[in-house]
Amino acid sequence: MNTALLIFATITLAGAAAAMTLRNLIHCALAGAVAFLGLAGLFLGLGAEFVAFGQVLVYVGAVAILIVIAVLLTRPARVAGESPRVEPWLPGVGIGVLVTGALVAMVKASLVARSPEAVSSPAAPVKAIGERLMTTYVLPLEVLGLLLTAALIGAVLLALRDPGEARRP
Amino acid sequence: MSTLQSFLIVSALLFGIGLTGVLTRRNAILVLLGIEFMLNAANLNFIAFWRFGPNPEALTGVMFALFAIAVAAAEAAVGLALVIAIYRHARTANLDAVEELKG
Repeated sequence: MNTALLIFATITLAGAAAAMTLRNLIHCALAGAVAFLGLAGLFLGLGAEFVAFGQVLVYVGAVAILIVIAVLLTRPARVAGESPRVEPWLPGVGIGVLVTGALVAMVKASLVARSPEAVSSPAAPVKAIGERLMTTYVLPLEVLGLLLTAALIGAVLLALRDPGEARRP
Repeated sequence: MSTLQSFLIVSALLFGIGLTGVLTRRNAILVLLGIEFMLNAANLNFIAFWRFGPNPEALTGVMFALFAIAVAAAEAAVGLALVIAIYRHARTANLDAVEELKG
């Protein structure tokens, strides 16, 4: 792993850790956006340019903004002095550390450690990706379009105000 | 330590951070953000295995990551709409305060 990738990995992990520990919800959302951006850098360094730009468009552009707007709409939830964590928080942290330790131990012990370094640097040109999407993966692509439409309609219906509900003062 | 292994460890750490956040944060929006981190860790694994595995010209990992990003976007939209609906009903987005269905 070269220096640039190391920097992007640090940005990603630091942003994610900040997003999960800070008290202010807006700060958490923005730290999450930084983590997504660092991950896009990692994808770019791995040679998957299209995925990296998709990551920037979808995550930094859409999901992060969506999260900020959701935080703004549910603003009074944050009361001063209120703990941002669930009350017995130690079991959650313990499970997280345990799972992470198990994953890292398995990666370190796996056959992957002895695999030879890749000599070729494969590329994922947009033309090849488009051809695959229109031939081999055309059915999943159509199903995905259907899913996104259903999710859009479902999200609008869920967030729609009930007609019987009294208007807020 | 091979390069693939270091990417897998970064991905495992990102997954662990997301999991810890999901298990400890009270606010439902941050729980969703933690789930997004776990999905992103999986995407990083897909891309790393595509880059260093055999047959990279098949583009399987890239395709999987692209579809996972699209599905995660749909999941985030529906999840945040649910949080807003719950907030309107219960006047809070804290998960331990929404306990009407608790057995």
